[in-house]
Amino acid sequence: METTAVKPQFSEAAKAEIERICKQYPAERRKSAMLPVLHIAQAEFGGWVSPEVQDLVAEVLGVKPIEVYEVSSFYTMFNLKPVGKHVLEICRTGPCMLRGSDELTAHLERITGAKVGGPASADGLFTLKEVECLAACGFAPIVQVREKYYEQLDTPEAVDAMLTELRNQVHRPALPWEENGLPNALARN
Amino acid sequence: MGRKLLTEHINVEGIDTLEGYRKHGGYRSVEKALKTMTPDEVVEEVKKSGLRGRGGAGFPTGMKWSFLAKPEGVPRYLVCNADESEPGTFKDRQLMSKLPHLLIEGMITSSYALGANTSYIYIRGELLYVLRILEKAIAEAYAAGFLGKNILGSGYDLDLHVHPGGGAYICGEETALLESLEGKRGNPRNKPPFPAVQGLYARPTVVNNVESIAAVPVIVNEGGDEYAKIGIGRSTGTKLISACGHLNKPGIYEIELGLPVEEFIYSDEYCGGIWKGRDLKAVVAGGSSVPILPKELILKTAAGENRLMTYESLSDGGFVTGTMLGSGGFIAMDETTCIVRNTWNFSRFYHHESCGQCSPCREGTGWMEKVLHRLEHGHGHMEDIDLLVSVAKQIEGNTICPLGEAAAWPVAAAVRHFRHEFEWHVTHAKEAAQPGAVYRAGAVLV
Repeated sequence: METTAVKPQFSEAAKAEIERICKQYPAERRKSAMLPVLHIAQAEFGGWVSPEVQDLVAEVLGVKPIEVYEVSSFYTMFNLKPVGKHVLEICRTGPCMLRGSDELTAHLERITGAKVGGPASADGLFTLKEVECLAACGFAPIVQVREKYYEQLDTPEAVDAMLTELRNQVHRPALPWEENGLPNALARN
Repeated sequence: MGRKLLTEHINVEGIDTLEGYRKHGGYRSVEKALKTMTPDEVVEEVKKSGLRGRGGAGFPTGMKWSFLAKPEGVPRYLVCNADESEPGTFKDRQLMSKLPHLLIEGMITSSYALGANTSYIYIRGELLYVLRILEKAIAEAYAAGFLGKNILGSGYDLDLHVHPGGGAYICGEETALLESLEGKRGNPRNKPPFPAVQGLYARPTVVNNVESIAAVPVIVNEGGDEYAKIGIGRSTGTKLISACGHLNKPGIYEIELGLPVEEFIYSDEYCGGIWKGRDLKAVVAGGSSVPILPKELILKTAAGENRLMTYESLSDGGFVTGTMLGSGGFIAMDETTCIVRNTWNFSRFYHHESCGQCSPCREGTGWMEKVLHRLEHGHGHMEDIDLLVSVAKQIEGNTICPLGEAAAWPVAAAVRHFRHEFEWHVTHAKEAAQPGAVYRAGAVLV
């Protein structure tokens, strides 16, 4: 879990990636990198963005902290509270509901012990979050975990396969700019 | 068997690499446009093609392009709307993840036509894995000289970037998308000014859907007139349909516009009929915001003609007996589907996704969700049914952006065509509140 006593810092790899991204916009429009940088921050700091992490984002982009807070609270992908090791984002919208997302949610609550919208499971592994349409309706029901879509989770076997895969992950998968390995800070995850 | 202009090679191994894509004729439109055509000639071909915006609105793409302001010395932008979030729609995700170079080729040719030297693909944040695929393909295109300075020796420069969203349906609205691309909350802007005059960074900007841009290469290669030969009337070319819900074969289908709806649902070449041998009850044909139609009206118009997959045929009868092609998000519901529950689910979606700027939408979507929730859970009153219609009417037309209509239309249409089901939820509240309970011609199906 992220502690808030020490001021957070981006890893060198993340800093380089942030600078690459900022160059995609006109020099005076660095704020445009807000969403991509928040995604990087969430990946770097344990799956959520604390107020301190958001302040760091503001510093890196050269904007006022409020400009980050109003964005992080508007978009649903940013977790503003600590989360378990894996956040299971379960699609609950119409097309997924037609193919059993309500049953899937109940099943996931039963086997992980976590509740949708509540704290992580007792083992700290899973946070359950209901989300709106993930644009994969033909492969419903769907769960997203970080950048991966788990599709057609309409059998207990398919759900088990997903959970087994996640339980076996020691660390989250490396991102493209982390070719030299995950930042040290992540080893605690 | 219809022609597949976009997806013919979608399942070819290696088509996601530049080499594999070029083997199947990829990037020909860039060579043709940059070496042999003026930008205006490209715009002219797109106009002739009759291509209409594939994101949902159906506005002619060539005409949209011709509105772009071109003041001297001011940069202008092309932004691709890849914020695919309309429930029932998942075509762009498939297209981008399997055929990344098709979108990139379309972006280059279209940017050239518009005179943009920097272009962006705004992709919804949930699709970060597709952003990785696109960035890899873009790097290949730079290395091969299709992007960057002096492309193919033509003197034309273009930089192309992919930008992720953060989870917000509203960013599919083009001005909310531009706000988001500027690093802000996705609040739609008041119009005018339109993006064509003041868009990204207050510069002239065109925003087009992924599928619209992906159609530009074939239009440039074969000519607008050839493209316009496919389809019927003002519905030209092919359309990607995302088929989901209770179908035997959900998935993405590229159809020639004009295909009968009945053939699309029941033929083995397409959706293969309704799953589990059940009967079809209703269809939402163009993404969650278009009016739902009962089986009889989706297969035939009120006048008894075969309903076709075209902009005109699907909207035949207006909102009284018709619907819209929209984004092509085709949601089929079998006889065990509870329309009240489904309408409540959609209302919850719009309430959740309202940006909150306009009171009618912010408050109205919440009211509709609450009223539908109590009807679905056995606490409704008969007056609630007309209350729903009244709230929907008061949202419609009273908001900055079309999310208001998108939230109001499905509710109004569900009451219009399935009022008996809403009434049953009041008269048989206890039964209706059982999990899985469905009204079926007077009998309860649990």
